[in-house]
Amino acid sequence: MLDDFFTRALIAGIGLALVTGPLGCFVVWRRMAYFGDTMAHSALLGVALSLVMQINLMIGVFLVAALASLALLFLEKRGALSTDALLGILSHSTLALGLVMVAFMTWVRVDLMGFLFGDILAVSKLDIALIYGGGAAVLVLLVALWRPLLAATVNTDIAQAEGLNPERSRFVFMLLMAAVIAIAMKLVGILLITALLIIPAATARRFADGPETMAVLAALIGAASVVAGLAGSLEFDTPSGPSIVVAALLFFVLSLAPSPLAKTPDRVTEDRP
Amino acid sequence: MLKKHSPSLETTSEPLVEMHNAGVFRAGRWLVRGVDLAVRRGEIVTLIGPNGSGKSTTAKTAIGVIKPSEGHVHRSKRLKVGYVPQKVAIDWTLPLSVERLMTLTAPASRAEIGAALEAAGVAHLAGRQVAALSGGEFQRALLARALLRKPDLLVLDEPVQGVDFTGEVALYELIRDIRNRTGCGILMISHDLHIVMADTDTVICLNGHVCCRGAPQSVMVSPEYRKLFGARAAEALALYRHHHDHTHLADGRVRHADGSITDHCHAEDGHHHHGDDAHDHGHDRSSRAQSDGEPHAR
Repeated sequence: MLDDFFTRALIAGIGLALVTGPLGCFVVWRRMAYFGDTMAHSALLGVALSLVMQINLMIGVFLVAALASLALLFLEKRGALSTDALLGILSHSTLALGLVMVAFMTWVRVDLMGFLFGDILAVSKLDIALIYGGGAAVLVLLVALWRPLLAATVNTDIAQAEGLNPERSRFVFMLLMAAVIAIAMKLVGILLITALLIIPAATARRFADGPETMAVLAALIGAASVVAGLAGSLEFDTPSGPSIVVAALLFFVLSLAPSPLAKTPDRVTEDRP
Repeated sequence: MLKKHSPSLETTSEPLVEMHNAGVFRAGRWLVRGVDLAVRRGEIVTLIGPNGSGKSTTAKTAIGVIKPSEGHVHRSKRLKVGYVPQKVAIDWTLPLSVERLMTLTAPASRAEIGAALEAAGVAHLAGRQVAALSGGEFQRALLARALLRKPDLLVLDEPVQGVDFTGEVALYELIRDIRNRTGCGILMISHDLHIVMADTDTVICLNGHVCCRGAPQSVMVSPEYRKLFGARAAEALALYRHHHDHTHLADGRVRHADGSITDHCHAEDGHHHHGDDAHDHGHDRSSRAQSDGEPHAR
């Protein structure tokens, strides 16, 4: 069964979506969408550095993404610029640095498009093992840290006063993000990773009445987007990564339609007296 | 369920939290300095002071959210804190029911959750989304959450903000009940300079340092007060008449009771008691205006 490239892509994609859904909820709740984007963009610098130093790509990407988030924490503490501006600087400079470095490396043939937009159809059995192994580790940590992470998301001071160490939660959360980016890069590419984090979570919001249900729903909606996107990509011969994102977007747009399942009232009508 | 506490703390009379000459220095200035305070089991301590006087900073330092830049803060071992911050903004994208909010920092049984919500008078809101609550309802929900932990020390940062007067009286009654029933210590910040809860044991007036402290005058008995606020209000609230021995001038300098003027006030100011020449908090308006830039330099 795993010998069919399409089946491998499906399995890999679903495995990834099951992780990005719950993690993406935190990205949405903590308003870290741009932060996720910045970490993802730094992945290309990670690719370039891994090629130079001849280390495993996933490890290199993980390290550089984690370093980028640490750099941001440090710069934030110095307080010279707003977080928004800092993110803008880090995001594009790491991407540009990566592109320039790759261009210098004439001795290796780098499939830039593959890194930027992913190549889920080229997923190997080893990749699947890495996705499920790494993904499971991320999910286990996320479940173990769920309470302190959620408490810190709601209010850092409460979490700190009541002994839940929000600083540690935040640090581990960044490492989890870096891990997911490293895992996801080959599948959807560094430019589209944040879409898989944010769009399914945003879609799930409308049908969730609690943080836990939202996380599970986001995982399921993400998996459905992978299936629909890959099917569409096969049918219409479109690139697979972008097709998955387009499918996720379609689900999101559909979720905006009035529905008896929706848990949140339509905000437009809500504001009207 | 609210009657249980850790027995180790019950038997000792040592303070739950104690601050000695504590100060917090941030972004080039002292937010607060020279704070001494202690909260014991069963005691209610209320912090008052103008905006920017360091009330929240002091409370946060007491419970370890902020590390003091000087001085010492000592908390008793295994101190369980229940904290209601001044401002809790929950992102709209986070679906959170009142019931789920209760177990934010620690698990609890359904019965415990029900009892805490009942005690705070919001049992009927259990299934509601937090985002849909009114200001007063949200305050009560936050209070219920803090109660649920059976805290040794309850820290309430402006618990009656956004609550109308009737609600304010009811909330103060609730807080008194909590103290009487559970015997926990309460550190409270009042948003009003002059009106504090009648059951407060110690009032500490802050303005970058401890300006003065004392017991609030017992229940207001004047007929005007009763007429204005009602007899029930008189039972829950008291005016805190306090006397300052120095005045913060508009240019940041300080005029002391003896007429001398210094660049800034000292931590030891305000500790002595005197009566006739004192003004009843005449300085709070001027200090409000200049407290942001008050040069409490080292």
